[in-house]
Amino acid sequence: MDSIFLQILNGLDKGGAYALIALGLTLVFGTLGVVNFAHGAIFMLGSFCAVTTQNLLTYSKKVKDESITYFEAFKEVPYLEIWWGDTGSFIIDYKVPFSILLAIPVMLLIGLAMERGLIRHFYNRPHADQILVTFGLAIVIQEIVKSIYGANPIPVQAPAIVAGSASIGSWIGLGESVVYPWWRLIYLANALVVISAVFSFLKFTTYGMVVRAGMQDRETVGLLGIDIQRRFTVVFGMASVVVGIAGVMYTPILSPDYHMGMDFLVLSFVVVVVGGMGSLEGAVVAGFMLGILQSFAAMNEIKSIFPGIDQIIVYLVAVIILLTRPRGLMGRKGVMED
Amino acid sequence: MDTISRKGELRMMALFAVIVLLMPIWLIPFGAAYPDLLQKFAIFGIFAVGFNILFGLTGYLSFGHAVFLGVGSYAAVWSFKLFTMNVIPAVIFGVLFSGIFAAVIGFVSLRRSGIYFSILTLAFAQMSYNLAYSVLTPITNGETGLQLRLHDLRMIDGLFIEAGEGLPLTNLFGIKMSGYPGFYFCAVLLILAFYLALRITNSPFGMALKAIKSNQLRMGYTGFNTRPYLMSAFMISGMYAGLAGALLAVTDPLAGAERMQWTASGEVVLMTILGGVGTLFGPLLGAGLIKYFENIFSSYNDALLQETFSFLPDMLNNLVVGIISPFVGDGWHLTLGGLFMVIIIFLPGGIVGGITMLWRRYIKKRGASAELEGETS
Amino acid sequence: MTTVLNVSGVNKRFGGLQALDNVNLKVEEGQTLAIIGPNGAGKSTLLNVCIGRLTPDSGSVEFHGETLIGKQPYEINQAGVARVFQTPEIFPELNLLENVMIPALSKRNGAFHFNIISRIREEKQIESDAINYLTEFGLQDQSDNEAGTLSRGDKRRLELAMCLVQKPKLLLLDEPTAGMSRHDTNTTIELLKKIKESGMTKVIIEHDMQVVFSLADKIVVLAQGAIIAGGTPDEIRNDPKVQEAYLGEEQV
Repeated sequence: MDSIFLQILNGLDKGGAYALIALGLTLVFGTLGVVNFAHGAIFMLGSFCAVTTQNLLTYSKKVKDESITYFEAFKEVPYLEIWWGDTGSFIIDYKVPFSILLAIPVMLLIGLAMERGLIRHFYNRPHADQILVTFGLAIVIQEIVKSIYGANPIPVQAPAIVAGSASIGSWIGLGESVVYPWWRLIYLANALVVISAVFSFLKFTTYGMVVRAGMQDRETVGLLGIDIQRRFTVVFGMASVVVGIAGVMYTPILSPDYHMGMDFLVLSFVVVVVGGMGSLEGAVVAGFMLGILQSFAAMNEIKSIFPGIDQIIVYLVAVIILLTRPRGLMGRKGVMED
Repeated sequence: MDTISRKGELRMMALFAVIVLLMPIWLIPFGAAYPDLLQKFAIFGIFAVGFNILFGLTGYLSFGHAVFLGVGSYAAVWSFKLFTMNVIPAVIFGVLFSGIFAAVIGFVSLRRSGIYFSILTLAFAQMSYNLAYSVLTPITNGETGLQLRLHDLRMIDGLFIEAGEGLPLTNLFGIKMSGYPGFYFCAVLLILAFYLALRITNSPFGMALKAIKSNQLRMGYTGFNTRPYLMSAFMISGMYAGLAGALLAVTDPLAGAERMQWTASGEVVLMTILGGVGTLFGPLLGAGLIKYFENIFSSYNDALLQETFSFLPDMLNNLVVGIISPFVGDGWHLTLGGLFMVIIIFLPGGIVGGITMLWRRYIKKRGASAELEGETS
Repeated sequence: MTTVLNVSGVNKRFGGLQALDNVNLKVEEGQTLAIIGPNGAGKSTLLNVCIGRLTPDSGSVEFHGETLIGKQPYEINQAGVARVFQTPEIFPELNLLENVMIPALSKRNGAFHFNIISRIREEKQIESDAINYLTEFGLQDQSDNEAGTLSRGDKRRLELAMCLVQKPKLLLLDEPTAGMSRHDTNTTIELLKKIKESGMTKVIIEHDMQVVFSLADKIVVLAQGAIIAGGTPDEIRNDPKVQEAYLGEEQV
């Protein structure tokens, strides 16, 4: 029972990442009708925002290490600590949440630039062209990051206060031994908050309502005199921010490296297809479901029966769904159906 | 759409054969005339030509063709290990097994079209890649890759040949398949493969494929059962990839799972598009160019760059090197990605497409001015 | 006279909407049947049932005695039924000659023919058949052009050529003059009259009354999924039910 609960939790936070990325993908696809293969790269850029923030904050200089007396030793001390002492250390410790402050404007800019500079010209081109050009863009982004930051994963720590594990068991009465890392719980909470924010925006604001209408029937909205194009551009920016934050917050869980975007991208497309292309709810539900499924498949008990199942379970499910119910779990009928 | 007469075909093939077989000579001024690279030209030419049969003719974009490349390699190496170092069985096994894989993957993936199809192939590619690295390691030897060993079974060889010292070399009935002979083996297969692609394109079958790309709906209502057409195209292109994979193993008997990564699939897409999708020579041109420039660009590092531009004053030299250096050496993929984007944005017809367009404009202009002359005279 | 198409007791429901309600109709050989009715009456649904795109909830659709229900579109075409779409469906990237050769190949070779040995250039019989039909329809001068560059009227003619080269036993036309100018419509009517003279059995869905009354031997009126009237053009013209449901102030 404990292990099942743990696996569910495990799956939920990975699923949260999938859900956020898939949500962004679906937003872009549902509004602009564009298949964006560079989406995973945006996730990766988000996590590198955290890395950059870390680098900036811990920019340091050599200072004599007083604690070592029998030879001259130096240590790296961040400028922030030198200038602001304890507050400095505090900021550095909380670099991940602070990165969000950096990430939001940066990701927004990147998203807007991408849409205006490139994606815009591909609205009416066949999907194959869209896939290919965004695939090229993803590679370019990836390689630029690699040349700046190197090919190795760069660890980023969560704030020390949440570095440990919470004994969830005692909260729910499952026993003291059931523990789960604090940060992953925070990630899960963050994912839920962002998802709710996006849905609330779409459902409860006028702007969001117009966007939803545009997703259903672009032409009519245009005929009503509303500049749907501008709103869709903003949506693209929003989707980039959503995915970027997902990336930022994920860094303590998985150290950022230049190709993590592609790895997540393939899985995210699978999630979108399972959830139903064009369905926002479907993307979120499928993301969590597949995360949990993957988590369960990685359990030793399961692996002993089906070795290697955790590697392929997600794809297997996608294949089955695509064959039996091509519009996905919650997709609208007629969206890209052939 | 231009189809070619029988005489035209023969002329084209003769010219093509001559060009290919003489590559070790006319590529010398380009610095590309050494066996390793020449083999790559031929092998990836085969891969691209086969891919074009699917993507170019039917329009179906597969992101998983690297799987067949990998399967071809693995099958070939197993043939070397189990049976004989003779390359013919290895090639046959490579094509056979990739054909089987293509049948299975195609059967499932072709139940959908468009982007669903592409994602399905991508899913299968990732699945295979993951499996090759984990569960199937007895067959694939995981990360290390499948290699030849001294104590390999080599059943058939064992009957005829005395085991020598060290690892044996792949051979074609005695001719060692490394170096230039290896290239010529690949080149002959390239010529045959190209000829087959030519015949397919010019056949009623080929025309049906083009019609499917143009309007699949209409094909159904015109009495065509599109499933078997698409399956055949998929399997054929998969077998071409298997052949390429087998040849990779023939020239260098080892097979690694990284060959099946979807980025390798992306590379063949790029080759086809760069050269010109749906054209006869486009994919070949694309494959050649990509491999050639990969070879050049990858070998440049900063030091070499500085040397190349040493005729410039120091500051300018550093500036130029600074600008170019991210694009070479390890940064070759950056260049590749950028090239990809540039081609798709500005020249979706690829190089051959661009040339054809210019040629047509030239003809039109000639026609128009001839008309004018006719009027005034 | 042989019954070419026999639609009997066909029902089709979409959620809460009864799109087709106990539809019965017969088409005899050589006859031209026109199906008319106000928008949303179910005309396209009926056509889609006949061509294999939709499966009715109940009832039968028989072509020369053989049922069409459950058959794939390509099977129905191979059986001898050809269809013209509301928006002409042709092969835009291929030239006109190829556009007409393809249906001819399908007729001769069947639904799947793995022929990679022959050369298109050498299919002389198919090529001359195609040229004949292009000439019939006045398109022979454009046979080298890409089909996508044609005017809409010419696309319609091409589509008809593509259907007729298969020498079908039944031709289904879905609003063939939709969106056409008066001039193009008249040309199309002449074309269809010529086809009729060769003995072709036709079912036409139309809005344009001029087309209907110039071509139809029999007219069937569909309203809200059910047939409310059927008969000769004169009978329909004077039927009050029809006038009420549909013709309204239209001067016939």
